[in-house]
Amino acid sequence: MNIDPTVLIPLPVVIPLVAAGLTLVTSRLAWIQRAISGTALGLVVAVSAALVWLTDHGDPMAMVVGNWSVTEGIVLIVDRLSALMLLVSTVVTLGVMLFSAGRGISSDDDEHDGEAPLPIFHPTLLVLSAGVSTTFLTGDLFHMYVGFEMLLFASFVLLTLGGTQDRVRAGINYVLVNLLSSMVFLTAIGMVYAATGTVNLARLAQRLPLLSEDTQLALQLMLLLGFSIKAAVFPMSAWLPDSYPTASAPVTAVFAGLLTKVGVYAILRTQTLLFPGDRVQTMLLVAAVLTMLVGILGAVAQDDIKRILSYTLVSHIGYMLFGIALGNQAGVSAAIFYVVHHILVQTTLFLVTGLVELRAGSTSLKSLGGLIGIAPLTSLLYFIPAMNLSGIPPLSGFLGKVGLIQAGVEQGSPLAYVVIGGALLTSLITLYAMARVWARAFWRDPVEEAPQAPQKITAGVIIPTALLVACTMSLTVFAGPLYRMTDAAALALLERTPYITAVLGL
Amino acid sequence: MTVSLTLVLIAGALFGCGVTLLLSRSLVRALLGVLLMGNGVNLVFLLASGPPGRTPILTEADKSGVPIGPEGISDPLPQAFVLTAIVITLATTAFTLALAHRSWQIGRTDVVADDVESQRTHERAVANDMSDSDFVSTAEPAPPEGPDTEFIEREGRDVSAEEAEAETEEVPGADDVPAGVGETGPGPEGRP
Repeated sequence: MNIDPTVLIPLPVVIPLVAAGLTLVTSRLAWIQRAISGTALGLVVAVSAALVWLTDHGDPMAMVVGNWSVTEGIVLIVDRLSALMLLVSTVVTLGVMLFSAGRGISSDDDEHDGEAPLPIFHPTLLVLSAGVSTTFLTGDLFHMYVGFEMLLFASFVLLTLGGTQDRVRAGINYVLVNLLSSMVFLTAIGMVYAATGTVNLARLAQRLPLLSEDTQLALQLMLLLGFSIKAAVFPMSAWLPDSYPTASAPVTAVFAGLLTKVGVYAILRTQTLLFPGDRVQTMLLVAAVLTMLVGILGAVAQDDIKRILSYTLVSHIGYMLFGIALGNQAGVSAAIFYVVHHILVQTTLFLVTGLVELRAGSTSLKSLGGLIGIAPLTSLLYFIPAMNLSGIPPLSGFLGKVGLIQAGVEQGSPLAYVVIGGALLTSLITLYAMARVWARAFWRDPVEEAPQAPQKITAGVIIPTALLVACTMSLTVFAGPLYRMTDAAALALLERTPYITAVLGL
Repeated sequence: MTVSLTLVLIAGALFGCGVTLLLSRSLVRALLGVLLMGNGVNLVFLLASGPPGRTPILTEADKSGVPIGPEGISDPLPQAFVLTAIVITLATTAFTLALAHRSWQIGRTDVVADDVESQRTHERAVANDMSDSDFVSTAEPAPPEGPDTEFIEREGRDVSAEEAEAETEEVPGADDVPAGVGETGPGPEGRP
């Protein structure tokens, strides 16, 4: 039986949306909700893995939604980069969903929260997953905006779940900043359409070089601005540590893993496909090093584990931007590797913080201590991703950083060396921040201030976290094949022809 | 492509007013700013669709002699974009108003509040508060064994106090910031 493999392409969007509707209907029965949610995300992981295999062994696959022609319809296209992003993001979403299901509460966490009228965590998480998949799969700039809005709205709901004072305050800030970035992106799309007459990425790649240099620069900067606010690049990063820590642990985990990386993916796709060349290279390199340093220096001033991790999230976005800014194959390849690594590691760290919160009642370093005695497994599950984030060999953080530094040396300009120095310094300070959390929360003797009544950590929350830690460690084992795949992806991105012919040949 | 200057100016004015409103402390005003910006962007899309006054749809009977293509009919694609954007803005408005109402229910105010933790960190930085630092020992001081440790101990305790005084004296502006930020909290409530 001959199945056209392009039928797989819309599934990562369709399956979560259908499941979101089903979980909304069955919202009174928590176990059915979890079963539907788990099955849907499991299916999407399987489809993403199939797409990774297919794109690695062949050309990019494209299809037009509704069977319209390429000039009028919306194109969905999967190449190696999109497939990799899909796989990692769906694995992470599945892990977070299993963690929150294992907690035994289907809607929101704190017992003293306001009760939501409907348990809406699972439907919203599925819509978030559909929005993320839309952004990774689309070959159309306006459809990317729609995907952004889908995931944005789901994130608004997830952030303010429970409606407590903290969350409403953080939610207001988060909503306004993200609405601003959406407006900037929408204006950029309007200008792109006015200048070229299309929003299809492949046709834009052909038409944009025909414009004047000034117009191209203006369009490039507008798009970059919109995506950089989403990706939390300095100086547009202050909104992230203000809003992420107040959400519940699985919500922060999925935000940290997915939302900023969608912005990084959009920057990568538009910079390589639509605006080849090094027009903004200096600016991006400077932004990268500033993001790295300002982010990590913010982390060392914090008292709360979640806030420290939010600042390290901002800081490590600088690494990915470094790879993209370099623009050579090694740089883009290392950037993609680092994105895959960072999604897994940052989500895992936030989930471990959720475990700490369950066991000890708080995440503030002032009131934590001696967790290695009370919760040795949690301590182990913290230690491994923390050392991974800091770049200790042989874990994948080290491998990603080595790739970035090698790409920087290959580029060879003085500014690249400055950024390499900044990268090394940031890695060292990340190690300091992670070790500080270890020393205060896990290693020292318990403090006198008694935490709130700790809950027992069930297997339901430990197992998903342990599985995600195992995934991060597996990146070390599979680093060779992964680097080979990212090298091929980077080559295809920089050449642009495989993508363009896959779309225009429809 | 020639565009109407009036529309460009109006779009710019809407966007500018929207940004100004977005910066205000009241959430409802910020929402109005977002709406104005959204309308400005919709005008940009309208401008992108080309000159006004063209036929929306051509039937078979019209095709004879009338040029078809981008010059013949008005471009439907930006109009579709605008419709999508309007619907998204509608959902945004609904959600943000619900958020403002919830903020009112909880705290009788709808200000866009500053982050408490960030303010605390800023105040600690201004006061040069190193009490939480890993580089200042908070354990009980070791018995002075010689001139060196005495010097270090004394320096650790005295200099930080002196430095804190010097900091607050040398940078008078820094004193205003925590107070100023604190004032904006109860301030907007008094305004109608």
